Amino acid sequence: MGVLVGKDTKVVVQGITGRDGKFHSLQMKEYGTDVVAGVTPGKSGQDVEGIPVFDSVEQAVAKTGPNTSVIYVPSFAAADAMYEACDAGIRLIVCITEGVPTLEMVSLSGYLKERGTRLIGPNCPGIITPGEAKVGIMPGRIHKPGPVGVVSRSGTLTYEVVYQLTSREIGQSTCMGIGGDPIIGTNFIDALEAFEGDSQTEIIVLIGEIGGTDEEEAAAYVTKSVSKPVVAFVAGRTAPPGKPMGHAGAIISGGTGTAKEKVEAFEAAGIPVAGTPSEIGEIVEKTLASKR
Amino acid sequence: MKLHEYQAKEIFGSFGIPIPSGKVATSPEEAGSIAREVGKKVVIKAQVHVGGRGKAGGIKFADTPEEASEVASKILSMEIKGLPVKKVLVGECLDVADEYYLGVIVDRKSKKPVFMVSSAGGVDIEEVARETPEKIHKYQVDPARGLMPYEARNLAFKIMSDGKLAMKTAKVLMQLYDVFTGVDASLAEINPFVRTPDNDMIALDAKITIDDNALYRRPEIAKMRDLGAENPYETKAREMGLSYVKLDGSIGCIVNGAGLAMGTMDMVKLYGAEPANFLDIGGSSSPEKVMTAVEIILSDENVRAIFFNIFGGITRCDDVATGIVEALGKMDIKVPIVVRLTGTNEDEAREILKKVDVVSVNTMDDGVKEAIRLSKGGE
Repeated sequence: MGVLVGKDTKVVVQGITGRDGKFHSLQMKEYGTDVVAGVTPGKSGQDVEGIPVFDSVEQAVAKTGPNTSVIYVPSFAAADAMYEACDAGIRLIVCITEGVPTLEMVSLSGYLKERGTRLIGPNCPGIITPGEAKVGIMPGRIHKPGPVGVVSRSGTLTYEVVYQLTSREIGQSTCMGIGGDPIIGTNFIDALEAFEGDSQTEIIVLIGEIGGTDEEEAAAYVTKSVSKPVVAFVAGRTAPPGKPMGHAGAIISGGTGTAKEKVEAFEAAGIPVAGTPSEIGEIVEKTLASKR
Repeated sequence: MKLHEYQAKEIFGSFGIPIPSGKVATSPEEAGSIAREVGKKVVIKAQVHVGGRGKAGGIKFADTPEEASEVASKILSMEIKGLPVKKVLVGECLDVADEYYLGVIVDRKSKKPVFMVSSAGGVDIEEVARETPEKIHKYQVDPARGLMPYEARNLAFKIMSDGKLAMKTAKVLMQLYDVFTGVDASLAEINPFVRTPDNDMIALDAKITIDDNALYRRPEIAKMRDLGAENPYETKAREMGLSYVKLDGSIGCIVNGAGLAMGTMDMVKLYGAEPANFLDIGGSSSPEKVMTAVEIILSDENVRAIFFNIFGGITRCDDVATGIVEALGKMDIKVPIVVRLTGTNEDEAREILKKVDVVSVNTMDDGVKEAIRLSKGGE
């Protein structure tokens, strides 16, 4: 089980002949993901170690039947790639690319929503259902199948948390990096809703950071609609206001988006907030033990 | 990227928004001659990227060109919240009857541009939002069609009743939306937007923040970056593809990934010290990037120890280790270095690091604790 990706996932890679696209396509395949096609305009007929390359997503869909796209194209081409995937009928798009202009995301968000297409990212590590499918750039070997649903705005911080969990022999149902940009396709609430409905997921780890109010809205949503235990972490308690911290979306602006507000919102909703990544592992371990 | 007021006003002017006459000056003499051109009482405003300039004494009036150069000389020798004032805007001084607020931002929750307008202009809008939120009117724009004239009129009528003034304001709202999309802003704001006793509607102040992700397609805006107004090491980091923010503590942090970098800073604080910086070396590392990162960290005299926290995914641990070895070979590094490398090629990295004098640790927690201990002389 797990959410959004699994054994039935068939992936088309947009930007498969680029350096990152090629490297990660092979890594995904090696993990066991069914990578059925790649797209690089002008390179149809070639293949990347057995993965056929097409000129367009439309062609790739017609010949190989993917249901999921993962995008590794440069930032100036990313919005176009997402429109192309959507128009070719793909209903799950994972955009790894960092640096997509915000106003392009504003226009695109409404377009995808009207067509029922889910986007994960941009500027994210992707999504993995351990043991079934990896769609993204995360190191596969640190994951293991299990009961924890992980959703995060970060990349390497998520790896750190997953590594802590796996070191304690606690596996994951699905780990989803939703991205560090101000406008992203899938937010915490979407992920919480998916994990709530997944029979494999017993507990949810939510890794937030400064900027915006997605964490506060997630906290309110948990109170109202999530029956499973949730553990939270918020990065950026020591971040100064007014400066983006690496991620375009990680910025305290106009006095809002601080870690303090987010921690308080989680605590008010009865959600334990870990002080360190290793403490997340401790809390998850205790919570799972008390349930059994 | 933040623009200065004078740059934002130039952009407003080029989109047809009425602005007061004036120019930017870098010397008292220049300020005096601009005041002479304006030919009436002027206002002289410090051009720095911080709020609250007025309260800090960075906005002053002058009746004559001589007085203008005197005042400019004072403001040009000021520091406001730690930033030296290198430019002043000298502009005509207008009589003001009413002050309004007009702004548009990208709203993260609705994923749409949102206008905010208020009849309570001229003051800190965040304060208005906190204390009298009913005075702020918000309106979401459908990005597929943009702001329609009727929507702009309806918005204007929320904050004023006179039909002629509302028509003028609606026109400015349309122009402000064009600015917003035309330069890829994440914020475009007029505060205050004023009515003069002659019923002219004018943008007395101007604020634009540009979406950094869009700078590649706005080369004319990218050129407006004021390198003199930012920390030179932040500039250097950006040019190398690193993301660096200087802080005030003593533990230098070099990390891959923004979230992990923030998590590392937070842990330093949790264990009783203060981080010296935020530094994300990014996804694809190279020994050169690591060298630059070390150089930037060492430019900060407060740094007493450096902690490398690397979780290798795309980033290869051996690349980082090679960079550390090269940095140690080429630079005179007097502070202790603590290294935590986990992930891709970590065994090779450990081999490489055996050649040099660094402290290797296995976890982030141990690394932070060790760096803090060594920063205090190892007690």
